[in-house]
Amino acid sequence: MKKELTRQESLDLYYYMRLNRAVEDMMVKLFRQNKIVGGLYSSLGQEAVSVGTAYALEKKDWLAPMIRNIGALLVKGVPPRDVFMQHMAKFDSPTKGKDGTSHFGDLENLHIVSPISMLGDLIPVMTGVAMAGRYLGQKIVTMTWIGDGGSSTGVFHEGLNFAATQKAPFVLILENNLWAYSTPVKRQVPLENLADRAKAYGISSYIVDGNDAVAVFTTAREAVARARAGEGPILIEAKTFRRLGHAQHDPAEYVPKEMRAYWEARDPILLYEKFLMGEKLLDAKSKKDVEERIDTLLAAEREFAENSPMPPPEFAATGVYCTGDECHKIRPKWERPVAEVTPPKSSVKAVWTVAGFGSGKSSGRANAPIHFGDTTNTIETLGSNGKGAAKNAAKVPAKKTEKAAGSGATRKARR
Amino acid sequence: MAGTNGTQITFLEAIKQAMFEEMERDPAVVLLGEDVGVYGGAFKTSEGLLERFGWERVIDTPISESAIIGAACGMSYMGLRPIAELQFIDFIVCAFNQITNFVAKGHYLWNAPAPMVMRGPSGGGVHGGPFHSANPEMYFVHTPGLKVIYPSTPYDAKGLLKAAVRDNNPVLFFEHKFLYRRIKGEVPSGDYTVPIGKAIVRREGKHLTIVSYAAMMHTSLEAAEALAKEGIEAEVIDLRTLLPLDEETILQSVKKTNKCLVVHEDTKTGGIAGEIAAILCEKAFGDLDGPLMRVTALDTPVPYSPPLEEYFLPNARKVFDAAKELARY
Repeated sequence: MKKELTRQESLDLYYYMRLNRAVEDMMVKLFRQNKIVGGLYSSLGQEAVSVGTAYALEKKDWLAPMIRNIGALLVKGVPPRDVFMQHMAKFDSPTKGKDGTSHFGDLENLHIVSPISMLGDLIPVMTGVAMAGRYLGQKIVTMTWIGDGGSSTGVFHEGLNFAATQKAPFVLILENNLWAYSTPVKRQVPLENLADRAKAYGISSYIVDGNDAVAVFTTAREAVARARAGEGPILIEAKTFRRLGHAQHDPAEYVPKEMRAYWEARDPILLYEKFLMGEKLLDAKSKKDVEERIDTLLAAEREFAENSPMPPPEFAATGVYCTGDECHKIRPKWERPVAEVTPPKSSVKAVWTVAGFGSGKSSGRANAPIHFGDTTNTIETLGSNGKGAAKNAAKVPAKKTEKAAGSGATRKARR
Repeated sequence: MAGTNGTQITFLEAIKQAMFEEMERDPAVVLLGEDVGVYGGAFKTSEGLLERFGWERVIDTPISESAIIGAACGMSYMGLRPIAELQFIDFIVCAFNQITNFVAKGHYLWNAPAPMVMRGPSGGGVHGGPFHSANPEMYFVHTPGLKVIYPSTPYDAKGLLKAAVRDNNPVLFFEHKFLYRRIKGEVPSGDYTVPIGKAIVRREGKHLTIVSYAAMMHTSLEAAEALAKEGIEAEVIDLRTLLPLDEETILQSVKKTNKCLVVHEDTKTGGIAGEIAAILCEKAFGDLDGPLMRVTALDTPVPYSPPLEEYFLPNARKVFDAAKELARY
């Protein structure tokens, strides 16, 4: 691990990884006390992936977590009580008891899109968020996660292909934890490196050791910067391991003992602590300070969550539809002149017209215009200077760079 | 309502005008779909839109229905009002999961409105075969969180599409392709909308009520004219919106006529006629003087060969016969 982080960044990563683990440890206790209504999914051993990637985003950026990305939510600013209450199906939870786990979002402030259980759906959705952000001039990047299992869904392909053709500012974290429920990755995908999937879409990709917090963060930071600069979507494969079963009910006896032992010895928090101590950024006292800070916070958060009421039954019948402005005032946040996307400035001129084309019964015009690829904006052809208002997303050929970051030490552990 | 200085336009032109005017009015409105840009849409409903509004607002997509719907949903979360075109509505089921699980449930579950329109050409009678003739509306009428519109006239098509774009919810908008170039109607010269969720009485009558929508509304009116020659005055209701369903207009009419026949081009089992039958049983049982009757397509895929398709589809003769039988009660 190289020292590429500021002191603050180094300590933030540590704090959020510890918080991530502590929140999930507390939920295991709540689960055993029957205070969690549904299933409980764990990201034990994968904290560096959630925290390191989400920490690379700016406040204005958008993310959509998957089930094992509680850490990403905490980094984005979600209070632990919200995570507790979601699992406990409480009325004060973000979904007020209508959904559980990490299935919640916040369009207004935190810029989080809620996942659903069907894997891969977030990829085109976050592509759309990224395209809209670019259209509105917001210079945002969007990020979501997918597992090794989810990378086999059709919508993974549809979404990533569309993102690539649109050069959407989107970063996809492929969290390869080696198991899709009980099925090992080798039985799902005939690839050694899932990052190779990026080649099919002509986009850049990285492979990173998902248990190395510094490598994850610095790789994600670079990918986010490149996506923001207009290079298009970027895929990061983080190689890691799911230490517990698919959910609490699953003892995961199908996992070979040696594999588990290998990864337990590479616990991302222990590895990172060793690194921080070597860098003199952490000692026994400051470590204890972090632990106390988290304990105090979580005790209060848990108390709040436990005291929250269950939702009133009749609440089930409400909220299917938005009833209008009094329910949601939907206004896009423009950060570029609207004139750029309205005629005449938005208008494009046809490359050529074909006599008779479009003159059928349905058409009001005799010669309809034909547009191919690189038509310019009308305003440009009229002699306006400066760059085209509507930057043609499709016309810049993708620059393909493939590089590996991090140690990639996981290969020998995979079987 | 419609000004007198309006012009006669086709159903297809009404769709085109609605999109053009909404994109002109609001820069948050964008269009995406297969061949909507360069080609102007398979039916030319988006012809000229790329030329006027540019590449960022008229987006040709890969053949990826789930990506089209998913991306439109993401755009709607950012405050845009995307119109997602399905080249033929048959292909909407390729995005079934995106629509029913992601788009439709967002507001209920996590308070996320998705103001987006999903539209495309639907319906049979044009020998499109089993994969270009579908009426898949009931898959979606069964999905809370969606609105489903299926207009029958250029006036309604334009006004309802504009209303759909301005609505804060995901709206499915079915355009019966048989009507595209066959039906002309007057639209006002200025801006107007037609309210979502309101049916309309197309023809007044006292002997029985015929409830229909889309292309079958015209078939029902044709049958009603023939019935009138035999002294049977049928009231014809055009649903226009299937979800939310305007129960009030149906109940009012049945209270008067005491008999109800539902005509739809969708297949019989699970069609909206069954839902209307249940509503009448629950809320107007005492008003009924006869059984609820249905004239619908057969419970088969849409066959290709003209004699087969004609046999499959409802027509004015079938509606006439059913109405006469119902009138005898």
